[in-house]
Amino acid sequence: MSAESGATGDIWVVTQQRDGQTRAASYALIGQARKLADACQARVAAVCLHDGVKDADQLAAFGADRVYMVGGPVPDGWNDDAYVKELSDLARRDRPGAILATSGALGSSVIPRVAMALGTSVAANCVSVDLDPQSQTLVHTRPAFGGSLMANVVFAGRRPQMATVRPHAYRKGQPDAARQAEMVRVDFDKAAVTSRSQLLSVVQDLAGRVRLDEAEVIVCGGRGLGKAENFQIVAELAEVLGAALGTSRPPVDDGWVPYSQQVGQTGKTVSPRLYIACGVAGAPQHLAGMQTSEIIVAINEDPKAPIFEVATYGLVGDLFKIVPLLTSKLREARG
Amino acid sequence: MNVVVCLKQVPAKIKIEIDPKTGALASGGVDRAINPPDLYALEEGVRIKEKTKGKLTVLSVGPAKADESLKEAIGYGADEGILLCDPAFEGSDTWATAHILGKALGKIGEFLLVICGKQSIDGETGQVAAQLAEALGAPFVPLVNQIEELGETSIRVRRMSDEGHQVIEMMLPGVITVVKEINTPRIPSLRGLMAAKKAVIPVWNAQALGVDPAAVGSAGSPSRVARVFFPQRPGKSEMLQGDPEGQVGQLVDRLRQARAI
Repeated sequence: MSAESGATGDIWVVTQQRDGQTRAASYALIGQARKLADACQARVAAVCLHDGVKDADQLAAFGADRVYMVGGPVPDGWNDDAYVKELSDLARRDRPGAILATSGALGSSVIPRVAMALGTSVAANCVSVDLDPQSQTLVHTRPAFGGSLMANVVFAGRRPQMATVRPHAYRKGQPDAARQAEMVRVDFDKAAVTSRSQLLSVVQDLAGRVRLDEAEVIVCGGRGLGKAENFQIVAELAEVLGAALGTSRPPVDDGWVPYSQQVGQTGKTVSPRLYIACGVAGAPQHLAGMQTSEIIVAINEDPKAPIFEVATYGLVGDLFKIVPLLTSKLREARG
Repeated sequence: MNVVVCLKQVPAKIKIEIDPKTGALASGGVDRAINPPDLYALEEGVRIKEKTKGKLTVLSVGPAKADESLKEAIGYGADEGILLCDPAFEGSDTWATAHILGKALGKIGEFLLVICGKQSIDGETGQVAAQLAEALGAPFVPLVNQIEELGETSIRVRRMSDEGHQVIEMMLPGVITVVKEINTPRIPSLRGLMAAKKAVIPVWNAQALGVDPAAVGSAGSPSRVARVFFPQRPGKSEMLQGDPEGQVGQLVDRLRQARAI
């Protein structure tokens, strides 16, 4: 372990796949790991926790020097016990300087458990990971207090440095087909792991929808819509934009929209490139879940609504006129 | 069934200020409350306790004043609260916090289920419950929105997933985090409030827990906060004027320029 040297050591990116294809956020993170590694003469390894990865060659093209393929079939969506054991065993064996993963399902369960097993911590939900050139250690920037404060988290001597990074923190870069990576197959007997939890059934009622935490664009409907049926107008705008549909707390409490769509302190924290708030007042608890979005558009009839304080562009007016106009203008443009 | 709920005391308002002179968080004189997401964990713990005629213990790592939140939890129906407090714990990161909680659960000994909130509204890491499970060598299911069945050796839960929901059977003892959808927290009863008023909160320090003071707190935590700062806002809001047609036209132009659409 490189605890004394201060050297960064290998930077691992734990990748995530859907239907065998690596997610854009994982590629983007490999790209950032490449930049960090180049600045401190380290190597980048992409870690695949199962062997059902169809685009492993691409992991090299986006910046990995090494690709770990841990043997065994793709689990049925619930095999945290195995993933934790795989990743911590592998990290004990090859001793990386840092392990990065995207926040979300992996970041809320497997990554913190691996950190505990390795005796280290996690800088969670980071918006950036940079290198301090002097100490050659990573500087993790993460929001706290609902995005109203930022903190730089560092690991003094403990390795690996671990972090989860928000999906839109980095953009997917350009592949370089000439890049090659060393393929390292790791045997792992998943059957040997005593899995203490078992998946009994799956309800895919959100399948096919654009996911809030991954969406580039989110259209959010608030109390200003007045009733459940009126969500149709924001749903249409979301559809034209290929956006995820979000909501604030009151429509969930009134049963208009399921809880899984709630953005805010007691719902999901999101950070898309574009967030369009329609009829959302902007309670502190809602702002806490979305104010780190890149561009915020607020449409509300009350010019004093707090949402305008965080908005990039504010439109004071009747959302029932503005939103359909916006939808049709965008639809026209798409032809 | 013996259930343990872990609570965090947080600033009651999430608007925070930095002392301009020292650059440190101005936390003095701020009202403090139970972390709102933890109220769902507490309510679920009280419901299980009532249903199984079991015992509910609430734990918190925090300063001496955090005993107020544990008393409040007794008002909601918890049987006992234990404060894990020691000057050596100050500045603990998620690893150290989970380590301290794990030691406390080891000392408690008999428990079948640990329930935590989804995350705290101040630190917002959402890591401690998972790390606690690992420290205990116990299984873990995050983001539970319904407990379907609770047995003596296992629990069947519904949890939020990327594509919808999953139903999972987990062996006990185990750790779960819960989300708002799971219940509607009650209002403390008069009897509860009386019990809270009379409650004495024991304090377990590093020595009582068998925690090495050098392994936790600011000095022992694997990670530390090197600096805090306010995020840079991209400038003032631009209010788009005119009739709806004009406003929408300007908006589309600006979003195109920014390559946001």
